[in-house]
Amino acid sequence: MPKEQVGSVMVIGGGIAGMQSALDLADAGYYVYLVEKGSSIGGVMSQLDKTFPTNDCAM
Amino acid sequence: MNIELKTLSEVKQVQGEAGSFQVELVQRPRYIDESKCIACGECAEKCPKKIVDPYNAGLVKRKAAYVEYAQAVPLKYAIDHDNCIYFKNGKCGACKKFCPTDAVDFEQKETTETLNVGSIIMAPGFRPFDPSRFDNYQYSDFPNVITSIEFERILAATGPTGGHLVKMSDQQEEPKKIAWFQCVGSRDLNKCDHAYCSSVCCMYAVKEAIIAKEHAGDDLDCAIFNMDLRSYGKDFEKYYNTAKDKYGVRFLKSRVHTVSQVQGTDDLEVSYVTDEGEIIKETFNQIVLSVGMEIAPEVVDLANRLGIELTDGNFCKTTSSSPVESSVSGIYVCGAFQGPKDIPESIMEASSAANCAAMQLAQSRGTLSQEKRFPSELDIEGQEARVGVFVCNCGVNIGGIADVPAIVEYAKGLPNVTYVQENLFTCSQDTQDQMAEIIKEKDLNRVVVAACTPRTHEPLFQETLRNSGLNPYLFEMANIRNQCTWVHSTEKDKATEKSKDLVRMAIARASLLDSISDVAVDVNKSALVIGGGVAGMSAALSLAEQGFPATIVEKTAELGGAARDVSATWKGQDVQAMVTDFIQKVEQHPDIDVLTNAEVADASGFVGNFETTIGIEDKTKAVQHGVTIIATGGQASEPDEYLYGQHPGITRWHDLEHNPEKLEKADSVVFIQCVGSRDDQRPYCSRICCTGSILQAISIKENSPDTNVFILYRDIRTYGEREALYKKARQLGVIFIRYSLENKPVVVEAGDALEVTVFDPILQRKVRITADLVNLASAIVPNENSKLAEIYKIPVNAENFFMEAHAKLRPVDFASDGIFMCGLAHYPKSTEESIAQAMAAASRAATVLSQESIKVSPLVSQVDTDKCIGCGLCTEVCAFGAIVLEEVDGKKKAKNISASCKGCGLCASSCPQHAIDMLHFRHQQILAAVCAAA
Repeated sequence: MPKEQVGSVMVIGGGIAGMQSALDLADAGYYVYLVEKGSSIGGVMSQLDKTFPTNDCAM
Repeated sequence: MNIELKTLSEVKQVQGEAGSFQVELVQRPRYIDESKCIACGECAEKCPKKIVDPYNAGLVKRKAAYVEYAQAVPLKYAIDHDNCIYFKNGKCGACKKFCPTDAVDFEQKETTETLNVGSIIMAPGFRPFDPSRFDNYQYSDFPNVITSIEFERILAATGPTGGHLVKMSDQQEEPKKIAWFQCVGSRDLNKCDHAYCSSVCCMYAVKEAIIAKEHAGDDLDCAIFNMDLRSYGKDFEKYYNTAKDKYGVRFLKSRVHTVSQVQGTDDLEVSYVTDEGEIIKETFNQIVLSVGMEIAPEVVDLANRLGIELTDGNFCKTTSSSPVESSVSGIYVCGAFQGPKDIPESIMEASSAANCAAMQLAQSRGTLSQEKRFPSELDIEGQEARVGVFVCNCGVNIGGIADVPAIVEYAKGLPNVTYVQENLFTCSQDTQDQMAEIIKEKDLNRVVVAACTPRTHEPLFQETLRNSGLNPYLFEMANIRNQCTWVHSTEKDKATEKSKDLVRMAIARASLLDSISDVAVDVNKSALVIGGGVAGMSAALSLAEQGFPATIVEKTAELGGAARDVSATWKGQDVQAMVTDFIQKVEQHPDIDVLTNAEVADASGFVGNFETTIGIEDKTKAVQHGVTIIATGGQASEPDEYLYGQHPGITRWHDLEHNPEKLEKADSVVFIQCVGSRDDQRPYCSRICCTGSILQAISIKENSPDTNVFILYRDIRTYGEREALYKKARQLGVIFIRYSLENKPVVVEAGDALEVTVFDPILQRKVRITADLVNLASAIVPNENSKLAEIYKIPVNAENFFMEAHAKLRPVDFASDGIFMCGLAHYPKSTEESIAQAMAAASRAATVLSQESIKVSPLVSQVDTDKCIGCGLCTEVCAFGAIVLEEVDGKKKAKNISASCKGCGLCASSCPQHAIDMLHFRHQQILAAVCAAA
């Protein structure tokens, strides 16, 4: 019997890694549930001022 | 729209197996109806209950009714149940009373639902280490001892001090001396259980010191106390050098033991020992503890419940050949939970994990996703220009230097301007929504954003235009950041005036912009992978497994690349077996075509439609493909110092492993690190040599404990959990001696043996070692790739590594669509990092290949055949073969081939008749901007 393949993925964690994988998957044709413990996504990166080595703002 | 956000949610249990999991999700109530909330902030304003704000690292208070920060997604408020007065004793309810849309709903309950998904990706991240338990640093007692995350909030424009750098003790005075203590909560088994290196703290401390100096000017002294300065990533060493040379940040090799407060003040006194043995007492106004990463207990708990195996440091256990797979089939992992890492690596791994999840579910692609539909486009033909101008503060990047309100006032008075506003961060989601509303409300038909470079956010703003019914090309940006405030940061008035000029020019051009329709082309659903090493093979397999055929072009006669020289990864996995396995899979895969002794001779085309000519020995073969993956690899350089090549006892890298008989006879082996790296010629770190030499040193000691092994280094960079290897080496008796670039070791011949002399900073004297073997960790350099760079028009950096579209946000993409990179061609990295990056490149490539048709830039040349005299000059200057001459009614006329046109404009500027114009960059549009500048 062929293994079932549901066309959706659950990403646990709404930080930068979670968001990037969610975007890649959604762009590739999969439905994504992005699960985040807090009230908004963004993770630790949203608390940073600027990021190395380009000094771009984290937001 | 194919992403459903489940906030305030946690996973309770997972059943099922890869391909079909049933996940029980518990969602805590927000107590606010998301469909009604307009994020006006009234609830928070009226809420009487204040609590310590975790988002601002506990530096300020927030209300029980809150939103984490102004740019949060989703931008909806929430009520903190545990701290709300209504839930405690039924009183208050002010939020409900004052909410203008009646969105507050105290009756909401926790819900549980079971979702059926095919794969799971764990990306729960880290939490910063809490140094309260370190009583010697007095973090809990002294107000001016803070953590790095608190410092980030202080520096941030959205933070509690509005980006004003002040001391924590009085929140008013600016500090004049700040010290950073590295490795707080990392590399430390004595006081906490984290023996690993947190990988990012050295770099973030350097960044914080640089930014602090930019805020405060030269008046601020910054000192970073470290054991090893770990700047091992791409462009990190240059950043470190800039901190030292340009900003004067001091770096001290010392670990401070105790901090005490200077009596009568809030200043801190620190005693430390220098290399010369002197004890120095220095007073600082502020100390920043560079706290490490740790995995939160609730994440450990979740991992245990799901059966995911963890390492000693509580990170997810993964193998080198499958760096993003957890021990549970169908559950993938990425980011800090996989191991301490920075943002670009987290992004790469995230794409990699997405790739694996997609490979698993290749057959069900597209079954549950929907396509986005934009509102129909307004026809603005014939309308007078009504320009909306949005001036960004970009945190403090712009607002801290130029007078943004003055720019706004100025813009209001310019011709064609209908509406002007100022934003803190124009790129945030909430501003996008607002912009779309304003465009519709004010009936705007052109938009100018005065902010950063179009390279960061132009596509985002263009999408906002589409969402509001405007053609995305009715948009113009004025770069008042990179081209203004960032380079004129010391001349604020001039920067403001220049910003006004730039805005005026942008508005003049914007007023003349036309709607341009997108062009869609078919996608050839196959890939060309250039390079048959581990990275190339991984990428090809990833794509083939998803149903996209791949052709591998390998220059040499064999597959395997640089990995053929490596015996084991740092996790102990057999690399030769891995390589053999890859080669077998690749050669046997029906959808992978391997071409060896093959080189790319020429290429043309664009995303979705490339054609590459490959030379195989003396024949050529043309391949059509939709995407290109560059995996051309690298190699260990040949040193031109330390007698390399002049004595049989001098080897490099894995030579010793390949010549075990040399080792058997050796009584003394010396490893020299950073040979040809981190110097003027190659100002970068080759990243894996510290780990590589230490692995070899451990192996020598384990086989022959009496052999003397020395490692001469500048900084030991065993990042992440590799730190355990450094400790093991020391325990086995490997002797580490630090040297500096100014005082390099000297190697001379002494009969059959060698003499290595090095200045030991701890002993403060020269040490002479008689060695049988000297192994050099030479710099890793990219393979020759200038020809390829020219053929595909892709950039390389100063060290010849390929240059990605954006160092942080797009680490495997090239700026040109449809071309991706991975492996050593990008930067030195370990085998497992190459595999992860290769899968990330495959994931990104799949976002192109999974589409039926793809939009290409319509910004191409346009020929007015009436004016054209058929001179052919344009065809001579075009580097892309995108304009040709053809016969029309007996006369020669130029004709453009839009599909190949890159929009560079050479033809238009060369045409003596001005018969060629560039869409979106028409002569009139450019002239308007130029005239406005005057």
